[in-house]
Amino acid sequence: MTAGRARPAAAAEVTLAVRDMHVSFPTPDGVVRAVRGASFQVEPASTLAIVGESGSGKSVCAQTLLGLHAAADVTGEAIFGGRDLLAMSEDALRKVRGAQISMIFQDPLTSLHPLHRVGWQIAEAIGAHQPISRRDARARAIELLDMVGIPRPASRVDDYPHQFSGGMRQRAMIAMALALRPSLIIADEPTTALDATVQAQILQLLQEIQREHGTALLMITHDLAVVAGLADTVLVMYAGRPVEIGDRRTVYRTPHHPYTRGLLGSVPGAGGPIKKRLVPIPGQPPSLIQLPAGCPFHPRCPFAFDRCKTEEPSLRPVSGAGGHVSACWLPAEPARPAPPAQPPDAQGRQP
Amino acid sequence: MTAANGADGGRPLLRLTDVVKHFPVRQSLVGRGGASVRAVDGVSLSVSEGETLGIVGETGCGKSTLARCASRLYPLTSGRIEFDGQDITGLSRRQLRAVRRNVQMMFQDPFSSLNPRRRVGSIIADPLVIHATVPRAKLRARVQELMELVGLNPEHYNRFPADFSGGQRQRIGIARALGLQPKLLICDEPVSALDVSIQAQIINLLADLQDELRLTYVFIAHDLSVVEHVSDRVAVMYLGKIVEVAEAERLYAAPRHPYTAALLSAAWIADPDQAAAREQIVLRGEVPSPVDPPSGCRFHTRCPWAQERCAAEEPPLLPAPDAASHLTACHFPLAAGQKAPARSVP
Repeated sequence: MTAGRARPAAAAEVTLAVRDMHVSFPTPDGVVRAVRGASFQVEPASTLAIVGESGSGKSVCAQTLLGLHAAADVTGEAIFGGRDLLAMSEDALRKVRGAQISMIFQDPLTSLHPLHRVGWQIAEAIGAHQPISRRDARARAIELLDMVGIPRPASRVDDYPHQFSGGMRQRAMIAMALALRPSLIIADEPTTALDATVQAQILQLLQEIQREHGTALLMITHDLAVVAGLADTVLVMYAGRPVEIGDRRTVYRTPHHPYTRGLLGSVPGAGGPIKKRLVPIPGQPPSLIQLPAGCPFHPRCPFAFDRCKTEEPSLRPVSGAGGHVSACWLPAEPARPAPPAQPPDAQGRQP
Repeated sequence: MTAANGADGGRPLLRLTDVVKHFPVRQSLVGRGGASVRAVDGVSLSVSEGETLGIVGETGCGKSTLARCASRLYPLTSGRIEFDGQDITGLSRRQLRAVRRNVQMMFQDPFSSLNPRRRVGSIIADPLVIHATVPRAKLRARVQELMELVGLNPEHYNRFPADFSGGQRQRIGIARALGLQPKLLICDEPVSALDVSIQAQIINLLADLQDELRLTYVFIAHDLSVVEHVSDRVAVMYLGKIVEVAEAERLYAAPRHPYTAALLSAAWIADPDQAAAREQIVLRGEVPSPVDPPSGCRFHTRCPWAQERCAAEEPPLLPAPDAASHLTACHFPLAAGQKAPARSVP
């Protein structure tokens, strides 16, 4: 199953193509099946958002791509630049990581080393991948800090991470991620720890960078508001599996999977007037060690019928919109009238 | 200073007058002493019976400190707090007991606010035992009743907090807070640690309990959509001050303070078309330090509309010409739909 933007993309246009990725972790309590068959692709200058709640496997997906789970059992493939990331040796992966794919984590305080100056850390990231003199690396670090909007970069380059505010640290992380002009940035909850006004600044910065450099962005988040503003394609994950994929407007306007509908009903303002009573999803997400039989969502699903309890559905096209797929036994709704003409997503968005 | 009164003229249950809370800063060896973090710096506010007052603001604006002052968990630096017509500012610990029965708090983190070594039944029973409101023999029945009220299985009273998920723990916190049948529940980020589907369960539960028990809420959160959803009125804080208070609908539709406007424009809305349509006011720079806040209007250093007067003179909270309950602390309040002056983003 491939999922991209509404129009089918030629293979050459794809930055990252993941096929049937499975990740499981042996633990004393049993095998945790964190990801169970994820397939998706990310294209240049576009954003794929993986949405899900705690334990949906969204972060494991991202971390596995970069080989950050040494103890995990991983199958499937992830083709990036003609090579399979999941089959690469640690050494080969290290060369890709940081240079061609970089990652931005949620908590910039724990991802920056507290005892090294910010500029030094950026310079080191550059030096690890290409020969560069200390002076040039420092100059490049200042340039990058300036680019991400750190005021007085020439003096702040010598600050330690604790001297930066939360927003500035996240900017520094982005500067580091951009240092080697990667073609793919994986951002795992990049603004969750930040205040609204700072979040707006950071997301705007990411969008600008994407526009200027044509970077592909894989965004992992639980925040449906961020997805609504930023994503080209949305992938909803539940219990380790993608349950619905489609372009942003289709998924928000005509969600098919009951879990997606439940998520949208749980957020004030997403499913109608802000004062409307919320419609939460009953119950809890399942344990990834002992998944329910059939569709893992059936114990919480208001529409579940017999088949849902025994047979797990796989993704299939729904609603007629290109690339809109859902893993649910409910009938695909008849194609709805096309929404009013929209400008192409990547360019038509408000900055 | 004008007190921000309840909109619908309901009886004020909680009234804060010029509340100030400063925390002394421990300076380094070479630093000069005497500095303090001015976390809450002159807040007047009142909450009417039965209403939900939302308080929004960013990290460090003093909203949590204000909540802890209002429930007298912190002693005030100066100012006055009245609850139900009684001045509780100077009450001793013993005298406060009676007030505490009526004012309960609920906290953000359901993982650190429950003792992991105690069974949930005894956690929920604690306030009942301390205040001796329920005879011992009836304690378990009352605890189970409370668990049922908040949607927990009453059979689980013997379990430990670790056996419960985040949302269920937050329910335990609510059950504990409701045991004494309080009038006022102060919720400090009650849902921000929860997944969205669970968040909605708790928000609905709080709404149902309010109807059922005629509760009054002070609801503090940084998520603007959640606050708009739950609140009758909303107060916006910036650097220890209230900059604007109004009915939720009015505040979100037509903010008059530039900071409110910026905050609202920065909030992401979970709707692709609204997200594309909004015009964002991106603020320059960072929030200044509350140890040494800017002169005049504290927002003037970041305000796109700031003029000379803003740096010199602190604006009082004044009612809007067309609505006495809409208070704004700004020398040049915005007209509806006013656009930010063109300014390059740093």
